Amino acid sequence: MNIYSAISSNKTKTWLVMILFVLVVSTLVYVFSKALGFSALGMSGLALVLAGLMSIGSYYYSDKLVLATTGAKQIKKQDYPQYFRIVENLSIASGLPMPNVYIMDDPSPNAFATGRDPKHAVVCATTGLLSIMSEAELEGVIAHELSHIKNFDIRLMGIVAILVGFVAILSDIFIRMTFFSGDRDNRGSQIFLVLAIIFAILSPIAATLIQLAVSRKREFLADASGVLLTRYPEGLAQALEKLAKDHTAPRVASNATAHLFIENPFDNKKVKNFFTGLFNTHPPLEERIKILRSM
Amino acid sequence: MNIWIILITAVVLAGFVWWLYNSIIVAKIRISEAFSQIDVQLKRRADLIPNLVEAVKGYAKHEKELFEKVTKERANLVSAKTPHDKAEANNMLSDTLKSIFAVAEAYPDLKASQNFLELQEEVSDTENKIAYARQFYNSNVLDYNTKLRVFPNMIIANLFNFKEEEFFAATEQEKKEVKVKF
Repeated sequence: MNIYSAISSNKTKTWLVMILFVLVVSTLVYVFSKALGFSALGMSGLALVLAGLMSIGSYYYSDKLVLATTGAKQIKKQDYPQYFRIVENLSIASGLPMPNVYIMDDPSPNAFATGRDPKHAVVCATTGLLSIMSEAELEGVIAHELSHIKNFDIRLMGIVAILVGFVAILSDIFIRMTFFSGDRDNRGSQIFLVLAIIFAILSPIAATLIQLAVSRKREFLADASGVLLTRYPEGLAQALEKLAKDHTAPRVASNATAHLFIENPFDNKKVKNFFTGLFNTHPPLEERIKILRSM
Repeated sequence: MNIWIILITAVVLAGFVWWLYNSIIVAKIRISEAFSQIDVQLKRRADLIPNLVEAVKGYAKHEKELFEKVTKERANLVSAKTPHDKAEANNMLSDTLKSIFAVAEAYPDLKASQNFLELQEEVSDTENKIAYARQFYNSNVLDYNTKLRVFPNMIIANLFNFKEEEFFAATEQEKKEVKVKF
């Protein structure tokens, strides 16, 4: 598998996941409405307004929130010339406008990108990352982050958040409504009622799983397109190896921001079964390194 | 009835041609945008050279020929118009700059001077940036040239006389350079 085919197959898979999600959401709306005897339009309209209001806020302020919770600070060229230059060079190579460069005072090596589009993008690295990586390795990591910006991952994750929020609110409303409408006669819609209860329980879980899957696909894609920028897969592969060996505890990171980083900040490598695999925001580093080495 | 079928076919066909034509034009515009990136860096490089010559002159007076050569090549780069000429002038300048830095090795005072070190750093940074900008430019040229060659775009390309663009070529030496790190 070469770099170009890796990118295109990742993109197709991402689209498939998105289409699947839309199908699931529309089925849910239909089943819930049938079960409750409401019109499908009224039901989905209500949920749309709620999810919409929440997501518009997060669309514009998510990057500021992330930067505030992680305590990252913006830097100038003279503060970290090598790091700054790498960002400059690679944004030229990718044809992106120069992003704002941030640093996080944290001994645990990691990096992330945020912002709603390439014109409002932020690249952030921890001091730990800058101190342990060689130039080629740092280039690999920064190229990975810039690819997240270029592929509009930062926006895609926003879209996924909207979808997940939508399903969660939908199930929530449905559960409340079945309780309130207690022992009204539910003529003929009993099958739908049973179906709807099952969906209401399963759909938030499924939505979260899809969110995680999209995030993992995006990591592979960012690895692949990052390599297109540096033309040196070994740089990122070595950087990921260093990250795999590192066990410095992160000072600041929460479950909400985990999917933003280049490496999952909460890695518990000891526990490795089907379920932890499903709920990981990031694919295993070994798998990413293996793919990079085959390029 | 038949007239309608012909009419609809004609409209769909015209729309398709229009769409293909526009996609080729967009790719072409991207190339010139990418080239302006290279241009910014080439200009920055040209601006650094007089300072560099001044700095080296103070220590290595009798390298006159080299200074004249680099000044002339800088002028060539500034006056070059087409991407092809610019690439050529830039490559010649790169080689001469290499010999200037090689000459500097023989003058310990020069090598230790803060001014010279900063200039050297700046020049090599610009060189890297030219390389990255060139990479972006060339990938756009590749996209465009591929667009012209595949079916059915090639019909449109022939019809409107689109020509393939030239890559911004690297120097022979750069082509041989292989990044090996352990």
